[in-house]
Amino acid sequence: MEKDVAIIGVGMSKFGELWDKSIREITLEAAMTAIFDSGVHGKDIDGIVVGNMSAGRFTGQEHLGALAADMGGMSSVTAYSVEAACASGAAAVRQAYMAIKSGEHDMMLVLGAEKMSDVTQSAAMDTMSVATDWEWEGMFGATLPALYAFMARRHMKEYGTTEEHLSMVTVKNHKNAQWNPWAQFQRPVPLEVVMRSGLIADPIRVLHSAPVTDGAAGLIMCSAEKAKEFTDSPVYVVSSEQASDTLALHDRRDITTMDAAVRASKTSLQESGLTIKDIDVFELHDSFTIGEIILTEDIGITEKGKGGKILEEGLTELDGKFPVNPSGGLKARGHPIGATGVAQVVEIALQLRGDAEKRQVDGAEKGMTVSVGGTGATAIVHILGR
Amino acid sequence: MSDKGVAQIWRKIKSLYNIEGSHCKTCDTYYFPPRLVCPKCRRKGDLEEFHFKGLGKIHTFAIVRQAPQDFKRQVPYIVAQVELDEGPRLTAQIVNCEPEEIEIGMRVRACFRKIREFGQEGIIVYGYKFEPTMKVTGHK
Repeated sequence: MEKDVAIIGVGMSKFGELWDKSIREITLEAAMTAIFDSGVHGKDIDGIVVGNMSAGRFTGQEHLGALAADMGGMSSVTAYSVEAACASGAAAVRQAYMAIKSGEHDMMLVLGAEKMSDVTQSAAMDTMSVATDWEWEGMFGATLPALYAFMARRHMKEYGTTEEHLSMVTVKNHKNAQWNPWAQFQRPVPLEVVMRSGLIADPIRVLHSAPVTDGAAGLIMCSAEKAKEFTDSPVYVVSSEQASDTLALHDRRDITTMDAAVRASKTSLQESGLTIKDIDVFELHDSFTIGEIILTEDIGITEKGKGGKILEEGLTELDGKFPVNPSGGLKARGHPIGATGVAQVVEIALQLRGDAEKRQVDGAEKGMTVSVGGTGATAIVHILGR
Repeated sequence: MSDKGVAQIWRKIKSLYNIEGSHCKTCDTYYFPPRLVCPKCRRKGDLEEFHFKGLGKIHTFAIVRQAPQDFKRQVPYIVAQVELDEGPRLTAQIVNCEPEEIEIGMRVRACFRKIREFGQEGIIVYGYKFEPTMKVTGHK
C-alpha cells in the first residue's frame, strides 16, 4: 500500500566559507537542527540518506552514510549516500520519499552536505567539472562556467536575452537573501556592480555564478500517519519526479532548453493534478543565473524565450505572481553542491509552514523545487503542499 | 587533481587524432564522440566507425578567463561547441583566432594540437582543436 510522505523537521548549518569546521561537523549541525525541529528521538529514525557529490575529492572522505550515523550516535541504522552531481541533495530527498512511500522505512533523516573550501579555487573548479562529460568536455578545457556560457550565448542569440537579464537574477536573489539568516551573502548588490564584476567565461561573470560554499541541510521525513504523532502542521511531498538527458551539452537537442527539467516538471504537475499557476513559490537551480532564466521557461512560468523579459516585469520577485528563490537561491544562499537540493526543500517547507519570516510569500500553500545536475543531465522536481 | 594514467588517453587516440566517431547504418545518424549503442535505434542499431572530415561551424562559444590549474597558462582561451558538417556537435578549443574575432556561425576546420599535460609528471595529450577556415583558405 502506498503511503503519503510528510516532512516534519527541517534544519541547516550556516552556509558560507566555514574554515573552522569539517564536513562531519556541519553535517551533524544540520542533522541535529532538523531533529530538534521535528521533536523526534534518534531511536525513531530507521534510515539515513546523505546527498553528496564529491566529498572524496573535496575533503578526502567518502562513506558519508556511515559517518553520519556514527556522528549522530546511531551507528546501527541503515545509512548510505547518493550522488547526482549538483542534484545530489534532491536525489537524497527522492530516495527517502521512495523508501517511505514503499513502506521500507518509517522515518528517515535526509542530509545533504558539501565542504568545498578545503581545496584551492582551481582544484574546486577541476572537481566541479566532473559533473559534466569530463572525457569530452572538461578534458578540453571547457569548465562548468564555460558550458553555461554556451547556453547563455545561444539564448542571447536566439531570444534576445541580454547581459542585463543575467545580472537581474543576481540582484533579485541577493535582495531575498538579506532576510535569510542561513544565507552566505545576506546583502543586496546593485545591478552596476554585477555588470562590472570580473568575467570568468564570457558572457558569464563572477556575480552570475554561485559561490564556493560549505554547508549542510537536513530533513526529517516520515509517513503521513506517523507525522500526526509529532506535529499538527506537516508539509507533504505531493510529488517527486526525476529525468535524465545526455551527459554532454553538445549532444542535446537544443542547448537553450533543459529537456530533463521540462519532462520532470510536467510529470510532477500531472501527477499532483496541478498546473503551474497553482504553485505559489519556487526554488529553482540558479548555479549560474542563465540557469534560472532557462528553468522559468522550462517549467512553464513563461513561454520559451521570455525568461529574461519577465525579470523586467518583476514576475519572479518575492511579491510577484511567481516568486522564485525567496531563500536567495544558489547564487546568494550559497551552493554547497550536495546540500543544495535539500536546502531548496527546507526553504519551501518553511514557506508552507509560514516560518520564512521577512522573506515569507503570503499564504503559500504549494511550492516547487527544481534541482539540476551538471548542465542539465539530471533534473529532479519536488512539489510540496500543506 | 590526480594525474591521469596512460590507458584513459591511449584508448581514445583514434578519436582524438582523427576525429573518428560512429555512424548508425540503421537510422543514418552520425555520432561524435563514438557510441557503443545508437541512442535512437538501441539494440536494432548497426554502428560502424566513421572518420569525420573535421569541417564545421561555431554553434556557441565562451572565452575562458578563470581556468583549472592545467589550463592556467593559456588564459584567456576560446572554447566552443562546433557543429560538424555531418551533424553532430563537439566541444573544442578554437585557436589561430582572437577572442574578439570569433562569432556564432563562423566556419572552422580541425587542426592537430597539444591539448594539455596532466601536472608536471603527467602524460601529454594531443588531439583536435579548431581554427577559422578563412585564415587558411582566405574566405569565410
